[in-house]
Amino acid sequence: MDRINDIIIAGVGGQGVILAGTILTRAFLTAGFDVKQAEIHGMAQRGGSVESFVRRGEKVHSPLVRRGGVDAILALETSESLRWLDYLRPGGLVVASRETIVPVTVTQGISRYPQAIAEEIGRRTDRLLFADTLSLARQAGNAKAANVVLLGLFARNLELERSLWEETIARCVPERAREVNQRAFALGWEHFD
Amino acid sequence: MSIARNSEKPARPVGVGVVISGNEAIARGAYEAGISVIAGYPGTPSTEIIENAVKYHDLYAEWAPNEKVALEVAAGASFRGARAMATMKHVGLNVAADPLMTVSYTGVNGGLIVVVADDPGMWSSQNEQDSRHYARLAKIPVLEPADSQEAKDFVGLGVTLSEAFDTPVLLRTTTRIAHSRSLVHWGDRQIPPEKALERKIEKYVMVPAHARRRHPLVEERLGKLSELANQVILEVPVSRTGGLTTGEKDLAGAIGRRLLGLNRLEWGDLEMGFITSGVTYQHLREVFPTATVLKLGMTYPLPARTLRELAHMVKDLYVVEELDPFLETEIRALGIKVAGGEIWPRVGELTPDLVAASLAAFESSGEMASLPGKGDKNPRKMDSLPTATPVLPPEKPVSSRAAPFKEEAWFSREEASFKEEAPLRPPVLCPGCPHRGVFYNLKRSKSLVSGDIGCYTLGALPPLSAMHFQISMGASLGMAQGLAKAGGGEDGEKVVAVIGDSTFLHSGVTGLMDIVYNQGNVTVLILDNRITAMTGHQHNPGTGRNARGEPAPEVDLVKLVEALGVERVRVVDPYDLEATGQALREAGQEDGPSVIIARRNCVLLDRSSWSPLVVDAEKCTGCRLCLGLGCPALTSSGKKVTIDPGLCTGCTLCQQVCRFDAIGEPGGAR
Ligand code: SF4
Ligand code: SF4
Repeated sequence: MDRINDIIIAGVGGQGVILAGTILTRAFLTAGFDVKQAEIHGMAQRGGSVESFVRRGEKVHSPLVRRGGVDAILALETSESLRWLDYLRPGGLVVASRETIVPVTVTQGISRYPQAIAEEIGRRTDRLLFADTLSLARQAGNAKAANVVLLGLFARNLELERSLWEETIARCVPERAREVNQRAFALGWEHFD
Repeated sequence: MSIARNSEKPARPVGVGVVISGNEAIARGAYEAGISVIAGYPGTPSTEIIENAVKYHDLYAEWAPNEKVALEVAAGASFRGARAMATMKHVGLNVAADPLMTVSYTGVNGGLIVVVADDPGMWSSQNEQDSRHYARLAKIPVLEPADSQEAKDFVGLGVTLSEAFDTPVLLRTTTRIAHSRSLVHWGDRQIPPEKALERKIEKYVMVPAHARRRHPLVEERLGKLSELANQVILEVPVSRTGGLTTGEKDLAGAIGRRLLGLNRLEWGDLEMGFITSGVTYQHLREVFPTATVLKLGMTYPLPARTLRELAHMVKDLYVVEELDPFLETEIRALGIKVAGGEIWPRVGELTPDLVAASLAAFESSGEMASLPGKGDKNPRKMDSLPTATPVLPPEKPVSSRAAPFKEEAWFSREEASFKEEAPLRPPVLCPGCPHRGVFYNLKRSKSLVSGDIGCYTLGALPPLSAMHFQISMGASLGMAQGLAKAGGGEDGEKVVAVIGDSTFLHSGVTGLMDIVYNQGNVTVLILDNRITAMTGHQHNPGTGRNARGEPAPEVDLVKLVEALGVERVRVVDPYDLEATGQALREAGQEDGPSVIIARRNCVLLDRSSWSPLVVDAEKCTGCRLCLGLGCPALTSSGKKVTIDPGLCTGCTLCQQVCRFDAIGEPGGAR
């Protein structure tokens, strides 16, 4: 397994992109890496696309990822997997949710929701994991935890111990949401077993 | 001289330090530096400084109604002897510019830091001004951190500078510093020595006679700061085990010792030298790991002597900076030949890719030789130069990892060569947003609308498209007044100004005062959603809560506007389309100022009452009328409209719009 260092998490405002990025960042930090995380928020909270860049390494300088240099894309919404696809290095990993959120621009006929998403990603890489994170999250107890399901799916592809992830999640989410999120992570982690 | 910090640092031991954003780091820095009063106005990307500062109970933090007031609060605290800070986004500094210019003259008592967060790329702003110009204008130092650790440390350094040089200090971040997370090591809070209240009228009362005596001191201060800036940290890669060459020793001797550690010269390959600051330093290091870099922590005033020495030492000298050629202009004014603006763009945000690609593109253009600063044009003074053997050959500008790309795609993501693309997904008003009903009415009445800054600015986007002017915080009323005096709508209709509750209190009150005093024919719509929503739901003087969430006195908007002299004030519920439309029509018929307060909590404040509606597919005719509301919960599947139960809040607007009674509560209870 080649090392995954530069990661983009993409989604729609309200899906928990930032929390997923925070968990990743803290896990890497606990494992002893230098980490940087960059995100844009503000207006983007209002149903716009949101992304978070997470980079780790011995020493990370820029908080920004390089075009063609990203090792993995995590998409919390299906079409968002395409938004940053040209940043993925050839053969990089894409982990995407099957959840679709149709933007108002599509309803208004200003924009088009993409159809052949998997094919498009396939032109770039053959490492694509799709999962119905929403129903897995509901199974875990809360649809809002779809971000953590996706994180579980993704974490399985890294070299870090499962226990380290679980401890990190426990530190990042409030007490009352802890159990649901641990279950969500487990469902993601074990999904392709 | 401090030498040789290993650039190949080993992995950090587990559990040491925290990964926090630049804004959290600034709040922490304020705590550690013994700052005891912080005031700000929310604005992306500066907001989280106050949000984090309120967590420290050893200091007082508040939301001021605007940045000008915030700076005035901080200056007053400083005059009283406390260490103080004001925080704002770049455009907020324009509001606060008036007090800033004069606090430069009075100087400080307790250390005074003004944090300004710029937004290159305009991720959440109406312009991308480069606020470093204010440092030159106000003749005060500006510090630019390059990561969260520096964001924290520079607060402390800034306080030291401020007190030592009797000056306010500008701490300038950008979005990528403010909102990026990186490792920070925390320290303890310093308790500053108590400062007495100073009754120095000649220092703090800037009547002309006093100000004339202060101005020469300001000029003198700048000279001393520039001298201080020459005391840089010299950093040599450890791979140079043979120690320094004679030339390097000379240079190191010439540029002095580490003092404050604001500026840092990182010694490397002598073919290329770069001068840079802030996050651009990080991008540059990513692309050119072995180049010689002068990283400026203080970008005004500049270390003139160090810059001259550097120019003599390296073959080609470049300035890489985001937005304006601020450093470049100053450095050229020193008579030093540098290249910069010819290569890197002046608009938008820089990225590592852009730093690399712009240089590569310029190199291939063949114009390289004609650049100032290129090819040893800065005469060398010293004889004993280091042999120009680079530690490592400079890395190719574009990393070999980079995937092939179309040149033009660098600047326009739309042109990327993929068949299937992510749909356009701009921010939109939330499902159930109380502003939607107001804009739906404004659209139908075809009013001429002057708008303001907040979530409701999204009312300018399709399908609502019901806002026609919008420039800066609180400006909607003044603009409306101007529009009205110049003739109003196409047929002389009354102009409508739309402003949120928080923005109204920020700087709209004075605009309304003007409309009343000078009898403008304007309907002022105050969208009172009881919160400062767009920046992430901060309290303001109208919400009845302070920054810590504790109860606070609450401005009564009706009484306030009545006190300003408005005679016709209506309060409506924007969820009631007909009542809101009626109020707008009535106000439109009245001559002179009218105020309508559309009052309804931001729908995100209380999710417990959300209960989604459903569309009865049998009754829905597919007329798509409801889609004109632009609610993200409404989508059309085939001929019929459906409601996403995960998004709908049950605000009933679409139900009110539907002519076929097709929308209602699940189970058919209407
Ligand atoms: S956050 Fe509140 S005010 Fe802003 S768009 Fe959403 S509902 Fe409207
Ligand atoms: S009731 Fe209609 S307009 Fe309101 S949130 Fe639901 S779908 Fe949107």
